[in-house]
Amino acid sequence: MGILTFKGGVHPYEGKELSKDKPVTSYLPKNDLVFPLSQHIGAPATPVVAKGDHVLAGQLIAEAGGFVSAPIYSSVSGTVKAIEPRRTGTSAMVQSIIIENDGEYKSVEFQPVEDVFSLSKEEVIERIKTAGIVGMGGAGFPTHVKLSPKEPEKIDYIIANCAECEPYLTSDYRLMLDEPENLIGGMKLMVSLFEHAKGIIAIEDNKPDCIDLLTKMTADEPKIEVKAVKTKYPQGSERQMIFATTGRAINSAMLPADAGCIVDNTATIINVYKAVKEGKPLTHRVVTITGDAINDPRNFDVLFGTSFAELVEAAGGFKNQPEKIISGGPMMGFAVFDYNFPVVKTTSSLLCMTKDEAAQYEPTACINCGRCVEVCPSRLIPSRLAKLMDHGDIEAFEKMDGVECVECGSCSYICPAKRHLAQSIRAGRQTVLANRRKK
Amino acid sequence: MSELLHVSSSPHVRSKDTTQKIMLYVVISLLPAACFGVYNFGMQALVLILVTIASCVLSEYVFNMITKRKQTIQDLSAVVTGLLLALNLPPAFPWYLAIVGGIFAIIVVKMVFGGLGQNFMNPALGARCFLLISFTGYMTNFTYDGESVATPLALLKAGESVKTMDLFMGTTAGTIGETCVIALLAGAIFLILMGVIQITIPASYIITFAIFTFLFGGHGFDMTFLVAELCGGGLMLGAFFMATDYATSPITTNGRIIFGICLGILTGVFRFYGASAEGVSYAIIFSNLLVPLIERVSRPKAFGKGGKA
Repeated sequence: MGILTFKGGVHPYEGKELSKDKPVTSYLPKNDLVFPLSQHIGAPATPVVAKGDHVLAGQLIAEAGGFVSAPIYSSVSGTVKAIEPRRTGTSAMVQSIIIENDGEYKSVEFQPVEDVFSLSKEEVIERIKTAGIVGMGGAGFPTHVKLSPKEPEKIDYIIANCAECEPYLTSDYRLMLDEPENLIGGMKLMVSLFEHAKGIIAIEDNKPDCIDLLTKMTADEPKIEVKAVKTKYPQGSERQMIFATTGRAINSAMLPADAGCIVDNTATIINVYKAVKEGKPLTHRVVTITGDAINDPRNFDVLFGTSFAELVEAAGGFKNQPEKIISGGPMMGFAVFDYNFPVVKTTSSLLCMTKDEAAQYEPTACINCGRCVEVCPSRLIPSRLAKLMDHGDIEAFEKMDGVECVECGSCSYICPAKRHLAQSIRAGRQTVLANRRKK
Repeated sequence: MSELLHVSSSPHVRSKDTTQKIMLYVVISLLPAACFGVYNFGMQALVLILVTIASCVLSEYVFNMITKRKQTIQDLSAVVTGLLLALNLPPAFPWYLAIVGGIFAIIVVKMVFGGLGQNFMNPALGARCFLLISFTGYMTNFTYDGESVATPLALLKAGESVKTMDLFMGTTAGTIGETCVIALLAGAIFLILMGVIQITIPASYIITFAIFTFLFGGHGFDMTFLVAELCGGGLMLGAFFMATDYATSPITTNGRIIFGICLGILTGVFRFYGASAEGVSYAIIFSNLLVPLIERVSRPKAFGKGGKA
């Protein structure tokens, strides 16, 4: 048996060496902090403060807007300056709470627990929900919802998705090296919530130091296993990760829980543990500021609401004129036209590139070479799907399983004719899914 | 910041492969066979190669100009077509008819169907078959050292034997590029190593043809006969360089296996039951026509929907 992986995928330039060996440094904000009310999948949070209110660090400023939602806490002490729409990392305008930092960082009192395993399952999930923890890999799915499946007895695996397969990102890598005890603690805690569950920590084999460290530290944990997975994009895609580690395959109509799995990324699990143990809400995260346009690529521990523009400055500013700035990684991140937007729960990185490879070439005719078919992790025929969409044939698109696309972008990456396949297919998926919701 | 930032849909990085690079690799891979052709058949072969390539590239250039399309000759696909067509011509073929072949390949088979990637039939083979039907005399007149001789396949069909070693070395009569198996295999290995083609189609083609030969070749389980059938004629050139043409072969692995099986069977039928000793060209262009059907039945199941992951 070879090393664990999935079929398809690509090997883009990793770029992790720019920032992987830079220790995480804390950064304190200089300007106002911006807290978008939607930092997660689901209903936006509802503000519980008004303009002029004084708030403390760790104080609730917006409560969850439903079950699939998450509360938001202030990361600093100060005054609520306004509640107004602000631009976020996806370039959307989102209603946000603006807080003027008084620089004192006066905090509310938290209720830590001595032994997290003395808590009942309900108490653990309640503490996770109260802390406002969501998937920090980018999707932002509320973690308490993931941990409350319909049939908890059918959960066989809790998978720590430590692949970090997006090029350039190193925040999870740093967390694994810096806080391995919190990662293992979080895994033990989550495994303990389910009767039959085992824990798998899946790490791409380009991070042998993390694999060694965590294997050593989990040697005495019978329920937790560290598994090396092949370094290949999109290894960290949820469906591909479940397949690589358990051999189970799910489609777009299924949840990981349908295959007996719950998947969370490194940062999420570490914060689950910290939230339950320290009783502290989620107010900061590690982000990577990197790319060949950045003077001194770095990993920062940043308070939510801090502007990326401040972080760029803290990383020595630009050494070259950037042509493209991306919130997230180069494969699935969002290109932004302005990098003055706040760090939120789901922003993992700001990537500043001097060259926009996507615009470097003109798309030419499809030569039917089949490279997109080879790399598609969903086993689709991307060139055909994109063509159907270009012709507006939604029906055929749906028939050819276009919705099964995970939008990883491998097809666009590999295409020698430089066609924007993923873009067309994404548009098709969105149309189909919107049509289904209408029905 | 003074300059505006680019924004576009993800992904934001691209691989270094381009259509032009792929076509360049194909040209490089055909050079050993082309060079041997010139060595084996002399200057007339070189003239044919150059004339055909020029005719193909010019046809595409003029067509794009007249129809006011973006120029596409820089993708080098016309060079590949021209080179392949030349390698499929007998060395004594008249150069002015080679020009006609080049024009037919590019204009009729490729451009009027929408250009690169849209043609349903391999342009070089389409043109070869056009020339074979229109100028049968020239196309079947094989010369070696200045004398008209029979090709190895024709000898085999007549029940005579051929020297296997000559077939490998290529010192036999035939079209310019088909004779030297060593040169062809060197090019094929290069293409496979560079990731331009996969072994799927040639393997399924050759295996099927081998089985067909054992069963229906009339020589039973005769290895010498099989090797002669495989190495003589255009099979190696066809299997590695023309059946693998992207535009006219299926896009999925399963489809490619079926395509190879069709090729093997058709080549066998044409060679053993047909009037001519050769059958590769017709087998390939006929199978090209089957591609849409093959793709219908060979679409893989999506991940998580019963497909093999």
